[in-house]
Amino acid sequence: MAVANPTVFLLMVNGQVESAQFPEFDDLYCKYCFVYGQDWAPTSGLEEGISQITSKSQDVQQSLVWNFPVDITFKSTNPYGWPQIVISVYGPDFFGNDVVRGYGAVHVPFAPGRHKRTIPMFVPESTSKLQKWTSWFMGRRPEYTDPKIVAQGEGREVTRVRSQGFVTLSLNVVTKDLKKLGYHTSSLDLQASSVIDLSEGVLK
Amino acid sequence: MSHKEEKLKIISEEFVENEDKEAEKLKKKLKVQKQRRKKQLQDSGLEEHLEGEANLGFQQEQHQEESEPNLLSMAIRQGPRNLPPIPSTSRTGFAEFSMRERMRKKLKAARSKAENALLQEIPSPRPRHFVNHREEEEVTGFDEEQPGKSVLREATRGSSQRSTRVKFQDFGRKTKFKAQVPPGFPTAEEAYNFFTFNFDPEPEKDETKDKKREESNQEVEEGEEEEEQPAHEEQVGKMDEEEAVNEKEADDFLLDLDQTVHDFLVIRAAEYESIHEMQKKEREILFRPSSITVPIYKKIPENMQPRYLEDEGLYTGERPMVPRSNQNIMENRLLIQEQERKWFGDDGRILALPNPIKQFSTRPPIFSPEEGIEAGLETLYKKAVNSVRNNQYIVGSGDSLGQFQLDIDISGLIFTHHPCFSREHVLAAKLAQLYDQYLARRQRNKTKFLTDKLSALRNAVHTLPDYTKPHGSGHTAQESMNKYKFEIRQTRKLRDAEEEKDRILLKTMIKVWKEMKSLRDFQKFTNTPIKLFLRKEEVDWKIDEKTFETEIQAETNELLEEHMEEYEKKMEEYKTEYQEWKAWKKAQRIKKKKKKATEEQDEVTEEPEYGEEPVKPIPPEPIDRSTIEQQVREKALHNRRKPGEPVLVPELSLAGSVTPNEHCPRAEILRREDIKKRSVFLKVLFNNKEVSRTVSRQIGMDFRVHFGQIFNLQIHNWPESLTLQIYETVGYGSTNLLAEVFLPIPETTVFTGRASIEEVEFSSNQHVTLNHEGVGSGEPFSFEADGSNKMILMTSGKVSNSVSWAIGENGMPLVPPASQQSIGIRRKVDAIASIGASGLTDMKKLAKWATESKLDPNDPNNASLMQLIMVATTGDTYIPEFFRLEQLQQEFNFASDEELNRSKRFRLLRLRSLEVPEFRNFKQVPVYDREIMEKVFQDYEKRIRDRGVIETKDHLDTHRAVVAKYLQQVRESVINRFLIAKHHFLLSDLVVEEDVPNISILGVSLFKLAEQKRPLKPRRKGRKKVPTQNLSDGDIKVLVNVLRAYDIPVRKPITSKLQQPSRSSRPFSETLVTSPSTQSPAHTVDNVLSQVLVRPFVEVSFQRTVCHTTTAEGPNPSWNEELELPFRAPNSDYSTASMQSVKDDIFINIFDEVLYDILEDDRERGSGIHTRIERHWLGSVRIPFSTLYFQGRIDGTFKIDVPPVLLGYSKERNIINERGFDSLRSLSEGTYITLFMTIEPHLVPGESVREKMTDMLKKFDSQEDEKLLQATEKFQVECALKFPKRQCLTTVTNLSGKTVFITRYLKPLNPPQEILDMYPNNPQATAELVARYVALIPFLPDNVSFSGICDLWSTSDQFLDLLAGDEEEHAVLLCNYFLALGKKAWLVMGNAIPEGPTAYVLTWEQSQYLIWNPCSGRFYGQFDTFCPLKSVGCLISPDNIWFNIQRYDSPMRINFDITKPKLWKSFFSRSLPYPGLSSVQPEELIYQRTDKVATSELQDRIEKILKEKIMEWRPRHMTRWNRYCTSTLRHFLPLLEKNQGKEVEDDHRAELLRQLGDYRFSGFPIHMAFSEVKPLIEAVYSTGVHNIDISNVEFALAVYVHAYPKNVLSVWIYVASLVRNK
Repeated sequence: MAVANPTVFLLMVNGQVESAQFPEFDDLYCKYCFVYGQDWAPTSGLEEGISQITSKSQDVQQSLVWNFPVDITFKSTNPYGWPQIVISVYGPDFFGNDVVRGYGAVHVPFAPGRHKRTIPMFVPESTSKLQKWTSWFMGRRPEYTDPKIVAQGEGREVTRVRSQGFVTLSLNVVTKDLKKLGYHTSSLDLQASSVIDLSEGVLK
Repeated sequence: MSHKEEKLKIISEEFVENEDKEAEKLKKKLKVQKQRRKKQLQDSGLEEHLEGEANLGFQQEQHQEESEPNLLSMAIRQGPRNLPPIPSTSRTGFAEFSMRERMRKKLKAARSKAENALLQEIPSPRPRHFVNHREEEEVTGFDEEQPGKSVLREATRGSSQRSTRVKFQDFGRKTKFKAQVPPGFPTAEEAYNFFTFNFDPEPEKDETKDKKREESNQEVEEGEEEEEQPAHEEQVGKMDEEEAVNEKEADDFLLDLDQTVHDFLVIRAAEYESIHEMQKKEREILFRPSSITVPIYKKIPENMQPRYLEDEGLYTGERPMVPRSNQNIMENRLLIQEQERKWFGDDGRILALPNPIKQFSTRPPIFSPEEGIEAGLETLYKKAVNSVRNNQYIVGSGDSLGQFQLDIDISGLIFTHHPCFSREHVLAAKLAQLYDQYLARRQRNKTKFLTDKLSALRNAVHTLPDYTKPHGSGHTAQESMNKYKFEIRQTRKLRDAEEEKDRILLKTMIKVWKEMKSLRDFQKFTNTPIKLFLRKEEVDWKIDEKTFETEIQAETNELLEEHMEEYEKKMEEYKTEYQEWKAWKKAQRIKKKKKKATEEQDEVTEEPEYGEEPVKPIPPEPIDRSTIEQQVREKALHNRRKPGEPVLVPELSLAGSVTPNEHCPRAEILRREDIKKRSVFLKVLFNNKEVSRTVSRQIGMDFRVHFGQIFNLQIHNWPESLTLQIYETVGYGSTNLLAEVFLPIPETTVFTGRASIEEVEFSSNQHVTLNHEGVGSGEPFSFEADGSNKMILMTSGKVSNSVSWAIGENGMPLVPPASQQSIGIRRKVDAIASIGASGLTDMKKLAKWATESKLDPNDPNNASLMQLIMVATTGDTYIPEFFRLEQLQQEFNFASDEELNRSKRFRLLRLRSLEVPEFRNFKQVPVYDREIMEKVFQDYEKRIRDRGVIETKDHLDTHRAVVAKYLQQVRESVINRFLIAKHHFLLSDLVVEEDVPNISILGVSLFKLAEQKRPLKPRRKGRKKVPTQNLSDGDIKVLVNVLRAYDIPVRKPITSKLQQPSRSSRPFSETLVTSPSTQSPAHTVDNVLSQVLVRPFVEVSFQRTVCHTTTAEGPNPSWNEELELPFRAPNSDYSTASMQSVKDDIFINIFDEVLYDILEDDRERGSGIHTRIERHWLGSVRIPFSTLYFQGRIDGTFKIDVPPVLLGYSKERNIINERGFDSLRSLSEGTYITLFMTIEPHLVPGESVREKMTDMLKKFDSQEDEKLLQATEKFQVECALKFPKRQCLTTVTNLSGKTVFITRYLKPLNPPQEILDMYPNNPQATAELVARYVALIPFLPDNVSFSGICDLWSTSDQFLDLLAGDEEEHAVLLCNYFLALGKKAWLVMGNAIPEGPTAYVLTWEQSQYLIWNPCSGRFYGQFDTFCPLKSVGCLISPDNIWFNIQRYDSPMRINFDITKPKLWKSFFSRSLPYPGLSSVQPEELIYQRTDKVATSELQDRIEKILKEKIMEWRPRHMTRWNRYCTSTLRHFLPLLEKNQGKEVEDDHRAELLRQLGDYRFSGFPIHMAFSEVKPLIEAVYSTGVHNIDISNVEFALAVYVHAYPKNVLSVWIYVASLVRNK
């Protein structure tokens, strides 16, 4: 196939799944995983993680804080299929069954720097009222066959979802060699380069 | 603004009434101050704090009295918060100090004033508890400005006209009515918090604060305050002094506080305003627009009449739909708000743009600034390409367009020339042709028409007023006269020509008829019934004469006139020329005179004038009338009927009699017989594919063929071409293509019933020479006796046909939509729909429609249509000859097409996104082209290149190559469909959802709740199934548990016939065990007890990974070992689809490990061991991975495929100990192995896709009766209810995707005669042979070829043609053969090991049932424990289906007596009798003998390939071939075939050993059905014969291919290794 070591650019993401707002639920935990295109490969770090269970804070905000660290480095040859982080939140229902409380996904930011993202979460709905009732009763709510589905657009038209809450992430992004391959990801890049040109001119 | 603040404000307002104005003035300044104060508070630790305070103090000084009350209003007018702090300009502490002092004083004064006021207003005592949190309030007082600010914002924004004096109640009411809380107001929650929270002072905090305040210049903890802020918001502004407090030094403030705090608290009862009052106030502010229609006079300016543009004929677009009441509300609102009425149009309605929503989708037009097409929009021709995923192999796919129908009516065929034409026929054809021409001419009657025209013109000329008259219109009359004359001339010429043609035609006809008559006389017989009569119509001589004369006269006159004109013209010319000439002469004369006069003086000058002497013009001859008349008469005589001559009307009839055969000469009889032999048929080709053909009809004696057939073509697309091919068959010989006729595709308006029959001519350029009377085709022949005047005629003829579109049942024409046609007119205009599909092809109709429907020509919607109509009616058509697709694409292209094509990276990316199999899972496409290797594309390119080429390299046999290609194509098409299906999601693909449980499940689950959590005897739980998609390489393992084996062949001692093998090369184990007796003379055959029988081990190989067990001993070893093999999916694609198509097999080989002692020196025996291990292959079991994947696990005892001859081993149970057991197993001799196999983790064999596909297949139509289909469904549901696991099959899908009732597949079919002839007297042997024949047809599981999507059943003849099929096809064929042999046979649907759900055949032989495995050809008794069939679902016979409703389904435990309804539920019963379904099988199977030469060729090629392979597998060693041995083996193999691998062993061995005495020989024959070379290679490889690495080893390989009828080949491969004994 291709050369053993093709030219790649690196994308390092670290940060944390900070907190969530689920006004109706308590004792939740979350899972994260990354969805990325074929040209991407994780080089180090964990691709998936599952957090501790957290209870609501007693204050007015009633946020669920996980502060669950995410740290991963990707290499890639093609920005197509830029990684997305998929978060799924689970927790016990009335009967103590573990049910899903929300799915959500967001692209890892392109621009280097610190980013804060609040992801709206949603869950698939039951197809009928009766099923809704039985699923509530049995504690087997509808779930996606694979949480990664929320990062893809294909086939979503067949599902119906309900919004559930929010998850806040903070991500720090570092890229390497991305500019070298000709991809400008932030307006800062362009500015910075022009500034450098100017200063160089002055220096000369 | 908080309540309290408001209250205070009311108070203070009263108090400072007079100062109010000034207060207003000061507001701005104070706002600024306030800002500063805020800032300073935030950094109160700094010097600026003081400075700011000083500043403030300074200003406050000036407005001492006003400032206090104004603090309240100040709170309302708060400016933006983020003003920068005022930079400190001076740092003098002194000034600060004094300022502070002053401030303090003033504050005190103000405070007392306020106190007084409060006391006056609210005398009620203050509750004690407020004191408690006074300190708290002080602290929070800092933030009072925030709510104030937001209130201000709200106030200013919300109601500008509302004064600052608006009272609290007003606010309250407003909030109540608006039902929304303005940001500044406490929300319900906050209010609740305020009244319920316990605001105990927080000591530490206060302490620190106090401390800090004491330090005065310390930083105030801002954060804390802000945190507390929400809870206390509503308290802010409650006390005016809090404002002041902020400005004070903390110590001061504390001092004051203790005394003053409760003085500031004011408690008042809540104020209430009556509802009427509120409503009154509300009325002042609020306005409710009514929904009553506004009278028009209000909406238009005074003294104006509404003007309706539409009535004036101007175009007004359609207004968007808005409910009337909403419009009224809007109008009322606008009238109140705006007085100008600018929103209203002249007609008194609200202005509105026309409805922007179009009824059809459009793309924005392109306005090109210049004429012509822009370069960027230039059209580029691109050839249409077929999508790869077309479904040309599967019919009836879910086409949305539906079907259309084209009716092709082929009524007949007439040859105008045919090789079998006799001379007479040629003439007859000619005559007929001429007659047709004549009829056509007569019908048109052009001569008459032209004559009439001529006379009309002449009349016109006569009636025309004389232009010579001095008349106003003289000039125009002259002009029209000239025009008429010209017309007359033209018409006359035309008429003359036509008349001449008529005349000639008539003459020729007569001439041909005469020729024909003479020919008939000459040959003395007639061939054709053709006869020409000439009917004479007598005419009145006189009238005729008269008309003739007048005609001639008229013509002569005209001609004369013409000539006169010409003459005059010429005369004119002549005169002018003559004048010129005269003038010249005169001049000449004068010159001459002059010359004479001046001759002496200058002679030279006159010289040049001599050269140009004009010729004297000749005057034109006058025209003589008589000559012209003469000419006219001559012409008339030549062209026209003479006056008085009768009118001849030819009539062709077929009334003549044809001479019967007996009166004809021999050549003619031959010719006639030849015609009889000939027949013609037509093939109908649609888009160059044959869709149907007519019946073959004999050519009649008259060379007319009548078909009268109508073909209804059901099509999906607009046809590209429609062709008829005319074929001629001579006798029983081959057919040859005569000609092709292209039929025009009918207009969309041509429907069946209205189409007229048209004749299309054809001709062929074939040369045919016949040896009888027939003239042949393309051959010269002559009518003359001397052979002169030769003519050459080609076969030609006419096909009469009509093509039209069918009309559906509901009267709708079945015409493909217009969009499919390539007509360059825009068709999306919806108006077209109302006219019909063919609207735009008929412009007149369209224009008519447009006028009828009163289209508004000004409506831009109709612009395109109007333009079209205009263009069509005026005639200057401008229809662009191009259409554009994605005309703006170029602007979005990031790279040019060339670049895209050139770049390897782009190519790779594109191929990957197209999901081309090679690249579907390509990871990490490199960034740079240079990093992409060229070889990446090699495979793909090769595949694309080879798509059309049938390569015989792998197949060695063209037939099989073609079949393989076909299967490959079917497979590709299925996979492509599958890929499409993959992108089609169902809810169940995405969301896991529990089904709604029924009562029983609910009950069970409820019961489960009460279940013990940790039962003492835990139940076995199934492994969790894992979906495959998120797996990767190395995750999946195949576990093979090898338990034990039975009856492994044992080594046979070397017979005494041989010389004793030398000690050094004797089997080592043997040596070990029998070492005491090695030297003894009793070492013979009889000494079997002392021998080690066999040391077998099992080797499992899968995907070229090999694992083996330890070695066990004896013929019944027990290993009990688990082997683990990794699994790699093709292309690392772990999707269900790819897993289902894994074709790898798991090979389980059993070897015997033989140790040879190769110690050279006996003396070293004590000190060292030197042995060589050899392994001898004993047999193998092959299990396809797909079986394992679908079954989940395979558990059972399998028969090992032991080669029929294993040299050195025997299966004879010569061990006495085992004799006892033998009798038990007598029925099933063979070697068996017990295995347990599974996949770890347990994979879900993606059923969902299959279900989806079967659902789709269900949509395919069926030819079965609807009733029957319902019955099958019912039957299946009933069966599934009782025994959900038992297989019940009623309908299957045939190769074209239609559902067929299963019994139609069963029908007695004749086995090949060869096989029947082999054992004419032994039915048992015949049956076995038949089974063997069936088993020899290669097996091809269709879940591999069709990716587990659909199980397609082919009929037996298709099966034999394809030479590949799975269990069903084998079983059906075998069952049909057995039925033909007169056996009672049934198809058994059930489960077997290792196949899973499969089909077997059950037969009833004398007093016992036999179960036949159709794929291996083996048979088992009903009670055979080793029978692979483990369960029986249903039995199928040609006329019924029986479902097993017995308790057990194992064949051993069930009763096969189908007559018992308690045991077998039959499909057809009394209630539903068998309707007598016809079979889908052919009447009989036709077997071709296989080409012997090809077979032997194949044999040689296989041998060569295998030899090469073996050498390839031994790269480090030399491979020698022992020719002698090979030839021996080659002779031996046919023997094996003859005996079907049985009972030859002894002779074989004896012979072999005799011949190869010197060699130690290990090898065996492999027997396989031939399908491809690859499995053969694989089988040879799996034996491991090549693994021997003794230096002097030699190999022998022989191949024998035995051919059975119909290309069924049985391949024997004998592979052996030989080591020369020393």
